[in-house]
Amino acid sequence: MIRFDSVSKSYPKQNRPALRDVSLEVERGEFVFLVGSSGSGKSTFLRLLLREERATHGQVHVLGKDLARLSNWKVPQMRRQLGTVFQDFRLLPNKTVAENVAFALEVIGKSRGQTRKTVPEVLDLVGLGGKEERMPGELSGGEQQRVAIARAFVNRPMLLIADEPTGNLDPQTSVGIMKLLDRINRTGTTVVMATHDQQIVDQMRKRVIELEAGRLVRDQSRGVYGYQH
Amino acid sequence: MRAQFVLSEIGVGLRRNLTMTFAVIVSVALSLALLGGSLLARDQVSTMKGYWYDKVQVSIFLCNKNDAKTEACAGGAVTEAQKKKIKAELDDLDIVEKVYYESADEAYKHYKEQFKDSPLVDSLTSDQMQESYRIKLADPTKFKVISSAFSDRQGVQKVQDQKDLLENLFNLLNGMNIAALCVMALMLVVALLLIINTVRVSAFSRRRETGIMRLVGASGFYIQLPFILEAAIAGLIGAGFACTLLLGGKYFLIDNWLQEKIPLINFIGWDAVAQVLPLILAVGMLMPAIAAFFALRKYLKV
Repeated sequence: MIRFDSVSKSYPKQNRPALRDVSLEVERGEFVFLVGSSGSGKSTFLRLLLREERATHGQVHVLGKDLARLSNWKVPQMRRQLGTVFQDFRLLPNKTVAENVAFALEVIGKSRGQTRKTVPEVLDLVGLGGKEERMPGELSGGEQQRVAIARAFVNRPMLLIADEPTGNLDPQTSVGIMKLLDRINRTGTTVVMATHDQQIVDQMRKRVIELEAGRLVRDQSRGVYGYQH
Repeated sequence: MRAQFVLSEIGVGLRRNLTMTFAVIVSVALSLALLGGSLLARDQVSTMKGYWYDKVQVSIFLCNKNDAKTEACAGGAVTEAQKKKIKAELDDLDIVEKVYYESADEAYKHYKEQFKDSPLVDSLTSDQMQESYRIKLADPTKFKVISSAFSDRQGVQKVQDQKDLLENLFNLLNGMNIAALCVMALMLVVALLLIINTVRVSAFSRRRETGIMRLVGASGFYIQLPFILEAAIAGLIGAGFACTLLLGGKYFLIDNWLQEKIPLINFIGWDAVAQVLPLILAVGMLMPAIAAFFALRKYLKV
């Protein structure tokens, strides 16, 4: 599903590389936590997965494709097989819940009939049945994140990338979001989630990958957030 | 591709950016009207050239008795023998197609016709007018031959090529045309910069949408299309105004005003205007679309 072969990434005008010689592999259907302090390279890691950035050295394979060799015009096609969720939800404030989810289908040219069928299904799945016509502003943070997850999942992606999806939520709401992500994971979708939330990582007991100053310092199955060196 | 979705995006974009869109429309309209105007002016000049060059003549003005004090006519009025010799020589030249003789009386008659409204008419008498030979050349460019053969001749006051007079007029018209083209080029640059700026503002104000579109895998073309169409539509509206200005100019300025004031000139017809309009529309649509495409490349890369 994901393979990093001694991947380094440095940004221009920064002398310290954001990622240094990272190698790892994530299998289909895995649930992976990506932890590390701010500036440890988590965001760069996710940006490489989305091919918003290209690796400076080494190879990144996602969904069986070498991203360095993927030409620009094929990138959208690849991103349709990924779902992305962010800390700040990134919903369109002037569209309803249903329209926000439908937007993801419309802009990749899905037919109206298909959209009308899929959107209520996925909203039911994330537990927002009956709130289709609400505006994002009227929803709680947890509900907004559910809309974002619905939008990310509406294409049934192989891989779901979540960048601190619970960062703006209280612990109780976070647990609900984690249950939802777990359920999505059980349908066979690989989930990679960057997080700072110690409680969640400790509770879920999933694979934990820790980055520190751009280096992979820990890769532990059924791991916890804090690892005593 | 869903047309309705794209169209609603365009509508939103144009309305959100109303003032900028308006500026684009006005500047495109003005620059394209200038472009059309100068193209039509060029047509006008060539129609006039064709019309007038057909009628131009070289005139050999002969001395009359009043000209004796001028240098060319130091020998006094032209004699019958001199006139005959000139006529015979003209008839022998291959480049001369036809020679008319205009007597002083005829010249006076023409003069009276031409200036019948002027108070000066009565101050002249027929014996003050000059006799002349009016020569139609087979090749109007060969004026120099006549001029060098006859201008120093006894009894000849002056050889005048009417083409020279017209040439000055046409040069003036061409100069004005070039000036109009320069103004148009500047206006076009202004219009282009405005379009690029408008598209950037538009892209910036919709960066949330475009960001999401990129994330969910919308193709670059699909993301850019609303912006490009927006620019093209604004440009097309501007081009429409430019066409209206040209049609109005042809109807009000040429047909209803100039044609009546100056019936002598053969003005351009509607067919010439009709030929320019598609060009204006095409430029008005394509230029903003291409400008938008290049402006977006930096802003909406994958």
